[in-house]
Amino acid sequence: MANENGVLIFAETTDGALAPITPELLAAARRLAGSLGQPACAALVGSGVASLAQEAIAFGADKVFVADDAQLAGYTTDAYVSAMEQVCREANPAAVILGQTDIGRDLAPVLAFRLGTTVAMDCVELDVQDGKVAMTRPCYGGAARAVHTSNTMPQMATVRPKSNDPLVKDASRQGEVATVSVSLDPSALRTKLLQTKKVEAAGIRLEDAEVVVTGGRGIGGTEGFQVLEELASVLGGAVGATRAACDMGWRPVADQIGLTGKVVGPTLYIAVALSGASQHMAGCTGSKNIIAVNKDPEAIIFNYARLGIVGDYRQVMPALLEAVKKIRA
Amino acid sequence: MPLNMIVCVKQVPDPEAPPSSFQVNEADKKVVPAAGVQPVISQFDAIAVEAALRIRDAAGEGKITLISMGPAGARDVIKHGLAMGADEGVLLSDAAFEDGDSYTTALVLTTAIKKLGDVDVVLCGRQAVDWDMGVTGSAMAEMLGLPAATIARQVEHKDGKLVVERVLADGYQTVEVPIPCLVTVSNEMGEPRYPKLQQIMAAARKQVTVWAASDLGLDASQVGKKGVRLNLDRLFIPVQESKCEFVEGETPEEAATALAQKLREAKLI
Repeated sequence: MANENGVLIFAETTDGALAPITPELLAAARRLAGSLGQPACAALVGSGVASLAQEAIAFGADKVFVADDAQLAGYTTDAYVSAMEQVCREANPAAVILGQTDIGRDLAPVLAFRLGTTVAMDCVELDVQDGKVAMTRPCYGGAARAVHTSNTMPQMATVRPKSNDPLVKDASRQGEVATVSVSLDPSALRTKLLQTKKVEAAGIRLEDAEVVVTGGRGIGGTEGFQVLEELASVLGGAVGATRAACDMGWRPVADQIGLTGKVVGPTLYIAVALSGASQHMAGCTGSKNIIAVNKDPEAIIFNYARLGIVGDYRQVMPALLEAVKKIRA
Repeated sequence: MPLNMIVCVKQVPDPEAPPSSFQVNEADKKVVPAAGVQPVISQFDAIAVEAALRIRDAAGEGKITLISMGPAGARDVIKHGLAMGADEGVLLSDAAFEDGDSYTTALVLTTAIKKLGDVDVVLCGRQAVDWDMGVTGSAMAEMLGLPAATIARQVEHKDGKLVVERVLADGYQTVEVPIPCLVTVSNEMGEPRYPKLQQIMAAARKQVTVWAASDLGLDASQVGKKGVRLNLDRLFIPVQESKCEFVEGETPEEAATALAQKLREAKLI
């Protein structure tokens, strides 16, 4: 392939609508496309998704490639990589961007190697330097940052959720829609999806919460989280946990915030009895305000916090709960 | 039919080392090894060994071969896996392999796998805890022409296939993958077993095969720094700019009340 042109994003959909990551990817694509002087495009892959093309255009796409097929109804690696391969053959993009989501982290590496290129994962910054896409990502558990460029085409990256603000939706935006008729060879679809089980979050989803109260190793046990739950409840927020707390069995795995857990960006993040290790911070540095409570004055979390109390959470948190209740009464 | 399993393991700087000891040499684009801190097996890779052992335990049979690409000292992570219960180990070591990327790593590992002969299941950690990239496993699957099931929390060998539970953001997904295949594992699978002293001593006596680039028929230009698809242009420690205001009081309760006040003043509650 030569004369690659355009920044193509993988437009994720959920329950018949564009997934939250998609407008974020379009914003990133618009910015890169602007610097490159090329179009921003979207690959809309799924079943019954064609009607979402206009919305993708409203969020910034100049052209939408629609790959609509019944076999693309639920995500499987083989079907989606085959569809994307066919879209890329038609679109011939200079860059392909996906979200660092359940689908993106599975699809991007396979797609990259199917296309004979490579991919930089979980990028927090993408920009253009000397005509190439420079990809900045955290590494070493978040303690360091690496900047990469790709020697092979298309240049590929996955983008961390909430690291790009969506553009304001403009329903009057014009764009092109192209249908890609995908051919999916059933014998090439090797994996069978048996079931998908949603574990219902009691209350507000961590990723959506404006207030998150997180407990770490210092909580010491399941009961210790009680006061965090009460505070979260009063503030209308959600309770998170570090990997240590989840591995100990004190909190369900779904509550885990960190590099291999959920990534959150609330207005208020209250970090209780957690050290602030890089792997955890990777999941919460998007927070607008971090408040920390820790027995150890040297705890790394205080390097990230705006306000902090050095003290035992068992004494501080119940008092904080009461004080907050009074103020909000 | 006993499964022939290969587990890829990587030696990495210890992520539990004191954060203050983490340093980067920006000119060399490398992490400076922390003085006196021993490197360790990447924790998701130890879990991959555990996954293989669980499959073997359930079947009562199965062969587990470990492979690692790294410096001579990476022999230690192979020994750790052998002590956990794996059967054999191969170290892929060559100066030419250094400073590569996911592509060159996958190329070296898959060349070794092909040299080892027929494999039923390749297991890896979901990402190495140094680069956190999470690409090598899937790249290997593509190079070997195998289906990949990633981010597994459970793997079962059933009726000639693997039934894999994959972790999702808000739940999990069960997939059935034909054999041969590749699986990457996540921490939700559980703690890897810790070897007993006897097993560690027995593993210390075992031979680890060592292969260089020439043993794999690979040229220096294909691997390591010379073969990368992804360039590393810069490596740095991001500057922490924020300053924390410590809220104090005569008692923890007083400090807590003062904090609540400040949060109200900042319009955060």
